[in-house]
Amino acid sequence: MSVADVADAITQAHHEEWARVVASLTRRFGDLDVAEEAAAEAFATAVERWPADGVPPSPGAWLTTTANRKAIDRIRRENKRGGKHKEAQLLHDDDPPEPIGAIDDERLRLIFTCCHPALAIQTRVALTLRMVAGLTVPEIARAFLVPQTAMEQRITRAKAKIKAARIPYRVPSAEDLPARVSGVLAVLFLVFNEGYLATGPDTDPVRHDLTAEAIRLTRLIRALMPEDGEVAGLLALMLLTEARRTARVSASGELVTLGEQDRGAWDAALIAEGHRLVRERLAAGVAPGRYQILAAISAVHTSARDVHATDWSQVVALYDQLVRLDPSPIIALNRAIAVAELDGPEVALAAVDRLEHRLAGYHAYHVTRADLLRRLGRSQQSRAAYDKAIELAGNTAETAYLTRRRDQLK
Amino acid sequence: MQYLVSVIFDRDGLATEDEQAAIDVFNDRLVAEGHWVFAGGLAAPASATVIDNRGEEAMVTDGPFLESKEYLAGFWIIQAADLDVALKLAAEGSKACNRKVEVRPFR
Repeated sequence: MSVADVADAITQAHHEEWARVVASLTRRFGDLDVAEEAAAEAFATAVERWPADGVPPSPGAWLTTTANRKAIDRIRRENKRGGKHKEAQLLHDDDPPEPIGAIDDERLRLIFTCCHPALAIQTRVALTLRMVAGLTVPEIARAFLVPQTAMEQRITRAKAKIKAARIPYRVPSAEDLPARVSGVLAVLFLVFNEGYLATGPDTDPVRHDLTAEAIRLTRLIRALMPEDGEVAGLLALMLLTEARRTARVSASGELVTLGEQDRGAWDAALIAEGHRLVRERLAAGVAPGRYQILAAISAVHTSARDVHATDWSQVVALYDQLVRLDPSPIIALNRAIAVAELDGPEVALAAVDRLEHRLAGYHAYHVTRADLLRRLGRSQQSRAAYDKAIELAGNTAETAYLTRRRDQLK
Repeated sequence: MQYLVSVIFDRDGLATEDEQAAIDVFNDRLVAEGHWVFAGGLAAPASATVIDNRGEEAMVTDGPFLESKEYLAGFWIIQAADLDVALKLAAEGSKACNRKVEVRPFR
């Protein structure tokens, strides 16, 4: 086996086994900190040993055994030093042993603990990326433009709170499950969106590392909870969005809007997979949730040969469905964008202007107004709206696009 | 595992009759289900006195240790298996006393 093959095997093992190793050690030792450190040590040992010894036949089992040994070493060392009552600090898990089933996967416990509502949303994101996705602290700090020490502290505090407040290590009860799953999906969607529309003046406009990580984690949840419609919906939404990633930013680093994208550059395999998931949910005949509707809207867009061939009445109908579920002004804004294609920019502008008191600080509100005003030939007002949008936009590609659009106004 | 559920309030006034009745019902439930440890309502912060006896002699100061808009109006100490159980109980407590609560574990 070549050096490159071994490196690939380690990367693959890291992707496939990290969460499993951390989860099973957390279950066994009742301590996230011990589990995280031992897992990291086991992977470091693999990097050292596999090139010389060869990749073991079952990398997962090798890593779990090695990590277990490291954890026991650490606990022995600590017991010798402090003699503290380890038992009292164990993470709480009062579940009786259950039969092995999809829902009993230990990784699910890990995910639900990391995404517990008693933790701040930014903390949930960081903890999930560290414990479940296996990103290093410096990687997470870079992804969210936070100094490394601050990120280190955030994760350390979270682990301490989980232990001190006894945040349970288990899959929530059936009664609490829908709300808790939606909390997990919110974390994954946040990671994806930060990757897709990265903020910050010195950041790449699209952070593929984050979108890829979000998709990988959502695939994992999907594998663990195949019956959940919203999980399938979110995965479909991410795939259909990711499929357009390369077409979305021009060679000069400018945002390319949906209407202007080269549809030949879209990733056909991702679109096919996304469409399959959307069809699967339609066939399920269960009232769709938010992510499923968003995925269906994305499916309509990605089914059209070009922007003119888009079934806009279908898009507006889906937004109507979404508004009933989530009457947020942002959804209303997106609905208005579709209405502009169906009923013209004047009707859409009236709908957008009604949102002013709630969205005046949101850049997309001004982007939409600027575009509608431009189409109505009201250049002066359009220019003012572009100015406001540029002032509020945080994404470099979007700022470049808006500036060009503004400067093209007559 | 024990948790302190602090009742946080930012205006004058004790619990109304309706609130007190709801609190009694909630307390009875805590006792019946084995979560009850202790609970109490407190008089207004203005009635507090701070003592600091770390130095030569005890310093007595009139008023609460922290002047703030929000203050501790009362508390429960509950017994719960984990934070999920404690949060559920605290949510019901908040509804019963019609005030915001904070949940904090004992060490």
